[in-house]
Amino acid sequence: MTKEERKHTSARYDQELAEIKEKLIYLGALTEKAIEKSIQSLLGRDSDLARAVITEDNQIDLLDVEIEEKCIRLLALRQPAARDLRFITTAIKINGHLERIGDMAANIAEKAILLNEMPQLKPYIDIPRMAEIARGMIRNSLDAFVQEDIDVANKVRIEDEKIDQLNDQIFRELLTFMLEDPRKIHASLLIMQVSKSLERISDHAEGIADMVIYMVTGKIVRHEAP
Amino acid sequence: MVTTANNIIFELKQVNFFYGSTQALTDISMDFEKNRVTALIGPSGCGKSTLLRLLNRMNDLIDGTRVEGEILFEGRNIYNADNDPVEIRRRIGMVFQKPNPFPKSIFNNITYGPRLTGTRNRADLELLVEQSLKQAVLWDEVKDILNKSAMTLSGGQQQRLCIARALAMKPDVLLMDEPTSALDPISTAKIEDLIEELKKNYTIIIVTHNMQQAARVSEMTGFFYLGRLIEYALTTDIFTNPQVKQTEDYITGRFG
Ligand SMILES: Nc1ncnc2c1ncn2[C@@H]1O[C@H](COP(=O)(O)OP(=O)(O)OP(=O)(O)O)[C@@H](O)[C@H]1O
Ligand SMILES: [Mg+2]
Repeated sequence: MTKEERKHTSARYDQELAEIKEKLIYLGALTEKAIEKSIQSLLGRDSDLARAVITEDNQIDLLDVEIEEKCIRLLALRQPAARDLRFITTAIKINGHLERIGDMAANIAEKAILLNEMPQLKPYIDIPRMAEIARGMIRNSLDAFVQEDIDVANKVRIEDEKIDQLNDQIFRELLTFMLEDPRKIHASLLIMQVSKSLERISDHAEGIADMVIYMVTGKIVRHEAP
Repeated sequence: MVTTANNIIFELKQVNFFYGSTQALTDISMDFEKNRVTALIGPSGCGKSTLLRLLNRMNDLIDGTRVEGEILFEGRNIYNADNDPVEIRRRIGMVFQKPNPFPKSIFNNITYGPRLTGTRNRADLELLVEQSLKQAVLWDEVKDILNKSAMTLSGGQQQRLCIARALAMKPDVLLMDEPTSALDPISTAKIEDLIEELKKNYTIIIVTHNMQQAARVSEMTGFFYLGRLIEYALTTDIFTNPQVKQTEDYITGRFG
């Protein structure tokens, strides 16, 4: 599947594998875009944009189903072995992670709509920073998948730490807001949920990176520290 | 008596094999474990059948063949001059690709070998027929037609009859050369279940072109290419994460 890889005796088989890979990359691009827009709808207080993210999640769901069906079909018809088997199990899992990332982006958009109706609590600083890191993680984990590059995958696994730290920091900060002034509790909780969604997104990106390591080495590292 | 590690039944040491001047096997060293199923895979002509026949001296029947190296069965070299090939073939039975029953009754197919080796008592023979056919999961289908010609059975039944015939010799090892390649999926599944059942009491070495079959039935898999053993490992490792590129290319369909 990589450039120097030998072709299958069946050219159609190669095409099917390539198609799954392309669709996953496209799905990855859609989810990344969804995160970007959902955060933009929050920062720019643009609820129309937020509603667009929620409707567009439907597209992500359809693609998720299409990819899964292609993978199942390939499993049934080709009975892949070795690297092909690892590729296809990885593809199925990555697909699941990306679909969940799409859902998280839609969640963020829902919270943005609510937050946009309230006075802004404070300027958003850590949230866009988190979103930027999370998007980078998705992009890099998919690059690692395409390039079969475990170094890049390992870097993604380390990035997750930063997100966790930022998430903790946001929680602590919002907690003081809530203690200070009970009227700020609702908005604070919504922002906490946005932060939590971003933290989940980075977990999914880490999950993708874990699968890339499995695909390349055959080792399941999901429960090991990076 | 030569003793061996008790779980190793066959030990091959630097085996070379020649048909006249053509070398069919080169420098094969491998162990086979007792009461295990070992699969031999590889492209056509790589020497799988040759190796299988070497294990019970069936190649002796072909003119101009030559073996080098050692093939130890329970620690003894089966090619030592003082070994009786007939006794070796009794202890190491073989099932072939195409079912090859004798043109005799079902009953006589089973008793043919045991009669030759001295079992004459009718009651003993009847018991042996029943036991062997039950072991081969054929008894229920043929118990009322034991005197009918074996040639009237279906291909899948004939193959199980051949397995029963081999079992009737009370072997320790069963060598199977593509035993299901001529069978439909149902008969194939029956034979695969049978292999699973038999491995409790027998050591089985099976040659197959069906990768999924090798993955399903065996614990160890050896991949051969051009007469050499390229990779020999646990079947799960061979099919999920082989260490040699040639093995991977072969089992993923990237060969030739
Ligand atoms: N009786 C024979 N005389 C001469 N050469 C033979 C004989 N039998 C096999 N060979 C040669 O030995 C090599 C190995 O053959 P073998 O039958 O062991 O291959 P195989 O792996 O079982 O192939 P297949 O999957 O097609 O059954 C081949 O090159 C074959 O041509
Ligand atoms: Mg053969």
